[in-house]
Amino acid sequence: MSTLEYAIAARRPIRARLALTLAGFGGLAVATCVLAPLVGSTPISLARVFDRTIPFADNVDAQIFFVARMPRVLAGACVGATLAAAGVVLQAMLRNPLATPFTLGVSAGASLGAMLAIVSGAAVAVGPLSAVPLASLAGAAVASGIVYRLATLQDRAMSTTVLLLAGVTLNSFFSALIMFVQYIADFAQVYRATRWLMGDLDVGSFQPIVAALPLLLIAFALFALLPSSLNLLSIGADAAATRGVDVARAQRLAFLSSSLATGAAVSLAGPIGFIGIVVPHLVRLMVGVDHRIVLPASALFGAAFLVACDLIARTILAPIEVPVGVVTAMLGGPFFLWLLVRKG
Amino acid sequence: MLTETGHGGMEARRKGNKSVLRVSVSPWFVGVAGTAIVVALALTAAAQQPARRIVSLVPAVTEILFAFGAGPQVVAVSSYDDFPPEVKSLPRVGALLDPDVERILALRPDLVISYGSQTDLEGQLERARIAVFSYRHAGLDGMFQTIRALGPATGHQAGSADLARSVQGQLDAVRARVQGRPRPRTLLVFERDPTTLRGLYASGGRGFLHEMLEIAGGANLFADVQREAVQPSQETLLARAPEVIIEVRATGLLPAAGAASDERKAWAALGSIPAVRNGRIYVLHGDHLVVPGPRVGQGTEAFARALHPEAFR
Repeated sequence: MSTLEYAIAARRPIRARLALTLAGFGGLAVATCVLAPLVGSTPISLARVFDRTIPFADNVDAQIFFVARMPRVLAGACVGATLAAAGVVLQAMLRNPLATPFTLGVSAGASLGAMLAIVSGAAVAVGPLSAVPLASLAGAAVASGIVYRLATLQDRAMSTTVLLLAGVTLNSFFSALIMFVQYIADFAQVYRATRWLMGDLDVGSFQPIVAALPLLLIAFALFALLPSSLNLLSIGADAAATRGVDVARAQRLAFLSSSLATGAAVSLAGPIGFIGIVVPHLVRLMVGVDHRIVLPASALFGAAFLVACDLIARTILAPIEVPVGVVTAMLGGPFFLWLLVRKG
Repeated sequence: MLTETGHGGMEARRKGNKSVLRVSVSPWFVGVAGTAIVVALALTAAAQQPARRIVSLVPAVTEILFAFGAGPQVVAVSSYDDFPPEVKSLPRVGALLDPDVERILALRPDLVISYGSQTDLEGQLERARIAVFSYRHAGLDGMFQTIRALGPATGHQAGSADLARSVQGQLDAVRARVQGRPRPRTLLVFERDPTTLRGLYASGGRGFLHEMLEIAGGANLFADVQREAVQPSQETLLARAPEVIIEVRATGLLPAAGAASDERKAWAALGSIPAVRNGRIYVLHGDHLVVPGPRVGQGTEAFARALHPEAFR
């Protein structure tokens, strides 16, 4: 779609289209989340799950359903929605279709934090947050702080070039530190660290989700302010400014909300790749480029997509489990390459 | 792909259960026809001569050497060695990932114990015409083979045979003690996140931890998984419903005092598991639980005491 068509499309009344899209993608997300807990490596009986006459402590089926599967599906939905939405925001803000939530170094910072927590064997916990998510949140905050400082050093408005270069450099730098931390780690810790980097939604209780939820809600509240500015920002900062967008403010908001979202999602489930790029592009192919539709639709589709990927991950080789990051990469890698070479 | 491990940490990851003493020469020498025979003769002579200066990069093998009396011949150990206490004063020459070849050569060893996967290092040592014992990490049988192979190579044939017999005797004694008792389905955890159940690794149906558990009168929950390590999901743990949970921790990873009860608390999330309901979760500490060396008898007994306390009254 050309810039002109884009601008026209952005002005067209969209309430009806939005309602239709939300109904469609929302229905898909809800259906996935309802169906996913019914399937798993162990056959369970739904009748037994909801049989109140059996005490919960003795009801293995109910425990599998409520302790193992429900938190897992919910975590998948939260993380999928968050990463997909963050991908949309960053692709628009950076005006780069290949941007992902992990482009700006937030996830590498989060990963370094998690690695340090694993290798140090720290057993601290703050409220519902245990050591690894806590350290990974801290790492994400440090990384996004560095990138933000660098990108606003010269000017009040952020330089997307500096953002991208700083993000990519920070990614490599933190990856090198991660390698070093793993190198000096004990063998069993290296397993745990490597496994963490593959992404894992098996959270085991609702507690980690509850811990991440406030951050995710703040991020989504900020996302809700963005779509119109993103429509104009993705044309270009100057064009957006002439149309009355406070570019510096919109960029800051986009950067902070996506960093917060990414940091919280990664602390919950590790860096699960490709969601943030595959989902926004698939959604754009289906609903066009208006961010007022793309953003909510991507969040809903991202939730459904990751829950479905995790379903594959936990059943395809059962009783052995495939890391969910491997599944998203298997699906996302080829798609990403296709996107790269596709013309137009 | 995965292996059990310990604080000693660096146990080789190769499959196969042959521990062989390899003495070979570089291709360059083989090419020189005249010298080849001379060198071969020299090496044969060297192989018959027991090693006097041993460098061990494998903590489990260091323990074995000290246990059968070859300790005084050990001139350097890996950076992960800390048992027996005598090794603390010995020079450290790296480990699996970072062997310090220069320091190893400078110590003028006549036998280097290396991991089977350290092919580069072995190549370098062979070019320097230093004998290499290539360690393969493979269950209790592999450990006994290592003991028996190292005895003659270090001039302690009788000592190594005694050691093998005594360790075997300890294992047999534990086995006899729990004989005929019901074998509880046991989950053997060797790694997980502190305070939560994420990142959990358990022993599969292969390797020395599995064998120790079976000797100690437990039925490994993942005996059917032909791997040394399994990473079960919460769902699998609930579905398989272990009757006993044993967690092993190497000494170096000992958490602060009182943390053991915190560690047990993490299991409360999976309340329907019989082990959790009946309070049969044991957090055991010590390198003897995670190093496939001469202390496996003690480790096995510790498992058996947790599994069958009534057998030890």
